[in-house]
Parts: sequence; structure tokens; C-alpha cells
Amino acid sequence: MDEITETTGRGCVMRGDDIDTDRIIPARFMKVITFDDMGLHCFEDDRKSAKGNHPLDDEKYTGAEILVVGKNFGCGSSREHAPQSLMRFGFQGFIGESFAEIFAGNCTSLGLVCVTLPSEDIEKLRESIELDPEQEIRIDVAESTVQSRAGTMQGDIPPGTKEQLIHGRWNSTSVLLEAGGAIEETAAQIPYVNGY
Amino acid sequence: MSQQGQNLFSKVWDAHKVRELPGGQTQLLVGTHLIHEVTSPQAFAMLRELGLPVRFPNRTFATVDHIIPTEDQNRPLSDPLAESMLSELERNCAESGVRFFGPEGGQQGVIHVIGPELGLTLPGSTIACGDSHTSTHGAFGAIAFGIGTSQVRDILASQCLALARLKVRRIEVTGQLPPGVYAKDVILAIIRKLGVNGGVGYAYEYGGEAIEAMDMEARMTLCNMSIEGGARCGYVNPDEKTVEYLRGRPFAPQGEAFERAAADWRAVASDPDAQYDDVVTLDAAQIEPSVTWGIHPGHNIGVLESVPTPGEANDDERAGIEEAIAYMDLTPGQPIQGTPVDVAFIGSCTNGRISDLREAARIAETGHVKEGVRALVVPGSQEVAREAEAEGLHLVFEKAGFQWRQAGCSMCLAMNPDKLIGRELCASSSNRNFKGRQGSPSGRTLLMSPAMVAAAALAGQVVDVRTIKNEGKH
Ligand code: SF4
Repeated sequence: MDEITETTGRGCVMRGDDIDTDRIIPARFMKVITFDDMGLHCFEDDRKSAKGNHPLDDEKYTGAEILVVGKNFGCGSSREHAPQSLMRFGFQGFIGESFAEIFAGNCTSLGLVCVTLPSEDIEKLRESIELDPEQEIRIDVAESTVQSRAGTMQGDIPPGTKEQLIHGRWNSTSVLLEAGGAIEETAAQIPYVNGY
Repeated sequence: MSQQGQNLFSKVWDAHKVRELPGGQTQLLVGTHLIHEVTSPQAFAMLRELGLPVRFPNRTFATVDHIIPTEDQNRPLSDPLAESMLSELERNCAESGVRFFGPEGGQQGVIHVIGPELGLTLPGSTIACGDSHTSTHGAFGAIAFGIGTSQVRDILASQCLALARLKVRRIEVTGQLPPGVYAKDVILAIIRKLGVNGGVGYAYEYGGEAIEAMDMEARMTLCNMSIEGGARCGYVNPDEKTVEYLRGRPFAPQGEAFERAAADWRAVASDPDAQYDDVVTLDAAQIEPSVTWGIHPGHNIGVLESVPTPGEANDDERAGIEEAIAYMDLTPGQPIQGTPVDVAFIGSCTNGRISDLREAARIAETGHVKEGVRALVVPGSQEVAREAEAEGLHLVFEKAGFQWRQAGCSMCLAMNPDKLIGRELCASSSNRNFKGRQGSPSGRTLLMSPAMVAAAALAGQVVDVRTIKNEGKH
């Protein structure tokens, strides 16, 4: 599995806090049995109601791979459809003030990087990208830093997540299966699993 | 290590720990895995691609809830997309030996309603489901998580999750709830106080006199919305009410095994001297019937309060409040009472249980749904529907002008024919008032208790349910 040590690309600024997964991918597009078309409907309702003024429709951000968000991004439902949608739209990394936990966990299992920055730095980064959307933004996973024209900013990636990404252990299934028979041994100790 | 001072979370976590993973995560055994049609098909597909079997097929249980229509559940479902999701789930379950509670079997319903009802939700267990409201099952003293589809795949393949240990915050609700104030109001008050992301990194343990006084269904409502406060899970320590609720349930242990199990359940509760990472206290007497005015559950106020004024908010919140008020088309400073509603929805995994329907029916029988208001009552499961019908509640609702439907998620979200239209404003007993949540991209939701929803349906506007109760027959 790929070791993910960095993510680089152009940035896209999405302002606003508490952007929930229903907005990222409205539920009606989840009536399918694969994730294949999730990218087509990313933020669909928000974009329609913004009538072209949505960052995802802003030409200056076309092809951006890093999304810069505010607080509590990805809150709400546990749907992996949300990071799937963002990934299939083209994003590989997220920089925000904070992320909802399930969203961040889902990102990791897809090999997508979420890094948090203090709010002053988020604001500086936003301004810098808005002024110069062509610049390259780089997330260094091991250092938990964000590099841009606005300088190098110290961010945070939880240690467990960092470990998974840089050692290519983000596909949790294979990591969990390494435990082998220890799984059955633990299960054997738990009364309700064995019908009491 | 001494056994003194352990909380339930630690006991359950330690009992289910398979090993520590590099980087500090725990490989945790998930004793009970619940699945539904929306978040599982991709996981089964990934498993097939990897050539892996379902490791413990008898520890996964499935139902169909999100996409099921509530008017006509005959097969094939009239929406071909819904039908394909249902048949895919049936196929996956049949091929892997997973038990499926389908509409034909009489035990179907919203996954978080049927788990407890069937006795699958047990104290001291770990439960996971590809659905954020899995926190509901914490009402029994289970550690219950919502997960994403890759993690559904992990559990199917290994019966385990890789998780970072949570901190535990004890939320103590002291005193007694005033009449007309429900578990829904308590959890809304908690989220208002701690914020929609105040719980990030925490499991919430709910305790104190007001929580102990709640019946199991009220505890489910409370735990259900833990996730709306950012907590990954929430739980109540098991007590005699928990034990009695489970006695005789189809999947709960029976006979002597039940007594053995009950002893384990009592023992798993937090010790009296348990340690917590944080403690927060609320006074039950101060909680009022609550109503949301904005676009997340933290945007809520007591029914006698007014919509906030952005100018008075701190810098941090101002933009969010402005955005919410604009979307909701409310006026800063207006009393929330009197806000006209177009739709009333009673149901969902938060408030679609028999006790919720009983409370709503008590209000419904005092009048008739206001002309022009579309009012739906949707039982959370087929079992709830049978119970309600045996009590004649469906007749009470129908007489009052509510539509009585079949079990499913219904108008809680937009994956079945029950939806808001255009800018409709809905008084809803569900759990999320996000933009577009109820199916219309511009639809609006006011969350409240089922009794408050029933009262709003009759009045055609938001009203204080306490005024009706006092005038009513009860
Ligand atoms: S009732 Fe609503 S919140 Fe509960 S599982 Fe169904 S859609 Fe999700």
C-alpha cells in the first residue's frame, strides 16, 4: 500500500464552519450501490443555490487538489460517500480548523490527508490562496506542516493517523487481519458473542 | 492495575481490545455489527474484490430502512433504485450468511429501533454500524459507534475496528425534568451548552437523577443525538430498567443464561468512584421544551425564547448565525413561538418509538391538524407499528388528520418518497436540521420533541406544548 508522506497541489478556499456531509453529498445521490458517481454530485445543492458563486465552480480553483475549510468540516452523517465524493471530484488533502471525527477517519481509510491549523493561520492561508490561486500548497504529513507562499505553518495530524499514512497502513483491513487468531481468542472471551 | 475507579467505557474497551496498533490505536473487537442498505453494498463489493469472506457472519445483522417507502412496501419497490439497493442487500446477506430483517418478516424497522427491540443491543457490548446514530445503542450501556463504509468492510473482514481510545465526559443532569420536557429537550440543551463539536474526542456518559429516572426509550433518544454534539458515542450505565427491558427479547439470552448475563450487565456499570476526563452538570429544572431555529442542532432555544440577533453574538458565531437565519427565513429577535409550519413529521430513530407515539397521540387527541399542514406519523419499526395499532393510536392520529405510515426512516432524510417540497418548513421529531436534510434543497427543519411536533401540527405553528397539556384531558 502507498506510503503517503505529502500531498501537494493547488488550493481551493471554502469559507464557512460546520459544513455537514448532507451538503457535501445530498442523500438522494446515495441511492446507488457503488461510489462511482459520487464526484458528479459533490456539493450539488450548495452549488445550485450559489448560482456559479461556489468555490467548486470558481474557475480560479479548477483542478485544485487541496481544500481549505473552516471548523467542524464534515460533521453530520457517517457517510463515506462524502470523502468519496470530494476525492472523486479531485481533492486529496484537506486543511481546516477542525474536522468531524468520523469524516476524518473516513478520509484516512481512503488515504486522504486532513491537517488542522490554528484559525489565524487558516485565515492567512485563505488570503494567500485567494490572492494567488496558482501557487502550490504542500502538506508534509510527517511534520504536520503546511507550506505555501504564506510560509510554513505548523499544523496537527493525530499521531495514529500520521503513522497509518506515512507507513502505508491506512488500509485498515489488512492491518486488522494481521492480528490473525488473536481475534478469535478475544471473541472467545466475550460471553454475548458466544450466546452466554 | 487496580479495578477501582473504572468507568463503563474503560471496562468495555479493555474487554474488547485485541491488541495495540502501532501509532497508539487499539484493535477493538466489535461484538455486534449492524448494517443497512445504504452504507454496506460498497463494503461487500470491496470484500469480494479482496477475495475475503465475512469472518463472523452470525455477528452481523441487517435491515432496510433508509430507502424503504412508507406507503407501499410491496415488492418490487416502485422506485427501481430503491429496489436495486434492497435486492443487493438481500443478495449480500444470503451469500454471506448474515441475518436480514426484511419487510416481509415483521421485524424490519430503523436499524437503531430494531436493535434494542430484538434484544441485539446488550449492555457491555461493542456495537458498530455504518450510520452515525449508532450512538443510540449506548442507552443500554453499550459502546456503540457510527462508522464509514471502509470500516464496515473492516468489520465484515475481521470483526474489528482500528480506533483511538476516547476520553470520557460525564454529563450529570441533576433534579427532575418539568412536565412537558422530554429526553429530546435534554439532549438539545446539552448540545446547546457544549456545542456541536464540543464532544469531539469524547464518549459521553449521561448520569444523574434525571437520567436515572428516564425509561429506556427516553435514554435511546438522549444517546441517539450524542453524535450531534460531536461525541462519537454516548451511554447510560445499565440498571434494573435496562435488565427488565431486555428480559424476554428474542435475541437476548433466555432462562438461566439471562440471569448470568444480567449479573455481568450490572457489573459493567461505572464504579461509584470512577474517574472521568471531564464532568459537566446541568439542572433538569432549567430545561424547557426546545426548538431549533437554525441549520444545526446546536442552533436551538427554549420555546419561549427568541431567535438570536447576530449583532449580539460573539465574533466566532456571528457568520454562522447570519447564514442560518437567512436560510431559515426568520427574523433576528422574533419569538420562535408562532412560527408557521407546513409539515409535521413524527418518527425516526430519535423519536419513532412507542412511547414517543403515545405522547404525540395524547396531544393529537386534543384537536385536529391545522388545514394546509401535512402531518405524518411514521413508526420506527414494524413492531412499534403493531404495538401502536393494538393500542389504537393509529386511529387517534388518523382522526386528528395525521397520516399513519409504515416503518422506515421516512422524512428524516431524503432517500425515499417522503420529502419536503420547496421552502416548506417542517416541525420534526428527527435529529438533523441541516440544510436540505429533509429532501428539498431549500427545505427547512425545526427539531423538537414528538409532543411539540404534534402540538405544532394542530396549531399550524410552533406552540408551547405545556399550554396544551394543561388544558387537555390528562
Ligand atoms: S431515522 Fe434518520 S437518523 Fe435515523 S437511521 Fe434513519 S435516516 Fe438516519
